[in-house]
Amino acid sequence: MFGWEFPPHISGGLGTACYGLTRGMVQQEVDVIFVVPKMYGDEVQEDLSLISAEEVPVTIMEKDVHYYNEHFRYIEVSSAMVPYMDPEEYRRLHESTTTTTTSEDAIRWNQKMSFTGGYKGDLLGEVARYALIGTSLGHREEFDLIHAHDWLTYPAGIAAKNASGKPLAIHVHATEFDRSGENVNQEVYQIEKMGMEAADLVIAVSNLTRNTVIHRYGISPDKVFTVHNAVDFSEGDSLGEVKRYTPEKIVTFLGRITYQKGPEYFIEAAKKVLEREPNVRFVMAGSGDMMNKMIRRVAELGISMNFHFTGFLKGDDVPTMFRMSDVYVMPSVSEPFGISPLEAMRSNVPVIISKQSGVAEILEHAIKVDFWDVDAIADAIYGILKYPALTQTFRQHGKSEVFTLKWENAAHEVKKLYEPLIYT
Amino acid sequence: MRAICFYFQVHQPYRLRQYRFFDIGKNHNYFDDFANETILRKIADRCYLPANKMMLELIQKHGSRFRIAFSLSGTVMSQLQEYAPEVLDSFRELADTGCVEFLAETYAHSLSSLKSKTEFQRQVRNHVAMVEELFGQTPQVFRNTELIYSDEISDMVAEMGYKAQLTEGARHILGWRSPNFLYTSASSPQLKLLLKNFTLSDDIAFRFSNRGWKEWPLTTEKYVHWLKSLNKNEEIVNLFLDYETFGEHQWAETGIFDFMRKLPEQVLSNTDFAFLNPSEVADQFQPISPMHVQYPISWADEERDLTAWLGNEMQDEAFDRLYELEDKMKEVTDPKLQRDWDRLQGSDHFYYQCTKWFSDGDVHKYFNPYDSPYDAFINYMNILADFKLEIEKHLAGKSSDDPHAAEIAQLEARLQYLKSQVS
Repeated sequence: MFGWEFPPHISGGLGTACYGLTRGMVQQEVDVIFVVPKMYGDEVQEDLSLISAEEVPVTIMEKDVHYYNEHFRYIEVSSAMVPYMDPEEYRRLHESTTTTTTSEDAIRWNQKMSFTGGYKGDLLGEVARYALIGTSLGHREEFDLIHAHDWLTYPAGIAAKNASGKPLAIHVHATEFDRSGENVNQEVYQIEKMGMEAADLVIAVSNLTRNTVIHRYGISPDKVFTVHNAVDFSEGDSLGEVKRYTPEKIVTFLGRITYQKGPEYFIEAAKKVLEREPNVRFVMAGSGDMMNKMIRRVAELGISMNFHFTGFLKGDDVPTMFRMSDVYVMPSVSEPFGISPLEAMRSNVPVIISKQSGVAEILEHAIKVDFWDVDAIADAIYGILKYPALTQTFRQHGKSEVFTLKWENAAHEVKKLYEPLIYT
Repeated sequence: MRAICFYFQVHQPYRLRQYRFFDIGKNHNYFDDFANETILRKIADRCYLPANKMMLELIQKHGSRFRIAFSLSGTVMSQLQEYAPEVLDSFRELADTGCVEFLAETYAHSLSSLKSKTEFQRQVRNHVAMVEELFGQTPQVFRNTELIYSDEISDMVAEMGYKAQLTEGARHILGWRSPNFLYTSASSPQLKLLLKNFTLSDDIAFRFSNRGWKEWPLTTEKYVHWLKSLNKNEEIVNLFLDYETFGEHQWAETGIFDFMRKLPEQVLSNTDFAFLNPSEVADQFQPISPMHVQYPISWADEERDLTAWLGNEMQDEAFDRLYELEDKMKEVTDPKLQRDWDRLQGSDHFYYQCTKWFSDGDVHKYFNPYDSPYDAFINYMNILADFKLEIEKHLAGKSSDDPHAAEIAQLEARLQYLKSQVS
């Protein structure tokens, strides 16, 4: 499997999902070699073998490099383009000048390459170099199938397939349309399309995403399958009961503060709720390119005594935040899956999710609204806060519902999809 | 006779600690004691102590002919009491010479004059009480935070009995008129106005060590020459500076102390200027005209307006939410909450939330402990949220205590009565 990040060094849902799926696969007795661009040494290894691309000697010929450079010519030029913004690195972006080793340098001088494993700077160059590693691994390792997670790793998956002749599965956690709305980055779109076309199997995290893959990328429905994500139950369990120090009920938004996540709808709904019920605190946890604009909007509405920004949350602060919450809202404009409502439900928190999210397909015990329907969001928040019976019902059924969504089951479905590819 | 009037502003805020959402309701200590102490100690050593020593020597050397004025904010006086009491001793020594005047301002170096008359006057009274206690003087002249002034403010100041107020000689207010005369408030004519000569003041305060400035290096001789070449009819030159100019904004290495040390002698021997402090200027000169100021002015930035502290969404929000608490604060009897209420009003907290510095440069950045105005705003609002909860808790405790207290008192009275019946 090719991934881009692995716990604990994650910036969002992708790393969490890869980890969950990998563990599920191991339980299904599938041996997994998981490749990431960079390892930090404190990754959770358990039963799988984790490989850092930095440790892989480049075994390909210089002509292959030329081939890739040719192929990714458009890639190497546009180095400032950052489709996925790491919340923390977003701030530092303007100051940082990353020096990167070019593919030629790597091969000529030390036979190994270095990666940042982030989402900034020369991202496309890094994707292209990662693809070279794909070729090397394709020659070197023993395996039956290649599984690549999201566009950053598709070129590596294709390269490994070309080198080994083994089947390729690609896993679509998000598409460029989810990240950028209609203003897609053409280069990223091309890589995604190339990956989907080259793949023998495309796994989408929801029917919503499956439709995007089929209709926006023109991929044959026959090889596109939906496997919904699941939730990991172990995380944060050591925390126990979280003590709350404020008397008010807490309504939480947790995620990157970007266009995709619909933060402005949360704010407008907060204003409406506070007009009727002033004893509520709203929390927007996370950071992102729309954060400053959101802070100004909250100030302008005059609700900042009851609307708080935490910045990017790390470690135990995330489960702590969930446990402090009375309502969790995910008003995403476009969300291929959306794992965070499941994490909230696991902490006994009722959730309000947008109909435009993949997770809405599988959740029964959640309030579903259109992301743009601020009145409906406000109504739902007010209802949950005011009518304890509602909270009780959601808690009771929500938790049991969420416990059926196991990575083990998701992995089982994935394994079943593998089988025809391997045994034919 | 013509006069040079020196006034130095001495101020340090209580800087806030990093206060997260998770601290709300849990942690009620809002201030970064370590930073406040370290910064104050550093400035005491680099500026306050050596500068006070120099001023004392100059006064001793020139007898009563060298006269200056200070305004110390309440927040700096409190911090000096706690972290550097020897600085207060040296100010007291200066006060004892009889050549040094201390001015009145708001205790918290606050913007309360723009919001609430009662809060403003309460803070001025507190400040004056502190000056009286520390320096044995009752201030006669008022200076508002950042020299903020308007007709409305002048009415409040006049009502409190001050004879004069200091403010900026803002160009957009003065037009063709010169700041080098005594003016009066248009709405309260009994209040005289001393206007800062911003060119000659900022030559020392901001440009002194600027090598890109065409007048660099600024020598005492050159400066005195400028004073001499002023129009002979002009009566007063008001030089209003941050005291931290000496040794802090302009490091000792720039020669700022030597410049100042030579200045009185050169002025007294080569010009017809005398040094007077603000009260004396107000007493000895005739005002030439009233000055109308409808919208508040200040001494900050090119615009000389309030936009360094108020105006963007965040600053206005923080300001409004803060003063919403004023009515409740009138009921509060807890000294810790009263102290925090003062300290949270410091104008600096709003200054850190200014978004102008994206264009308006270095001065703002230099004094700002935050990475961005957004960080400053979030931190401040988190603290304010906790502060509000604390006020509510305190008031709820008070009112719920009261019926119990009344009941106990009643029962005790009854008990006394019954006992007296028994015996």
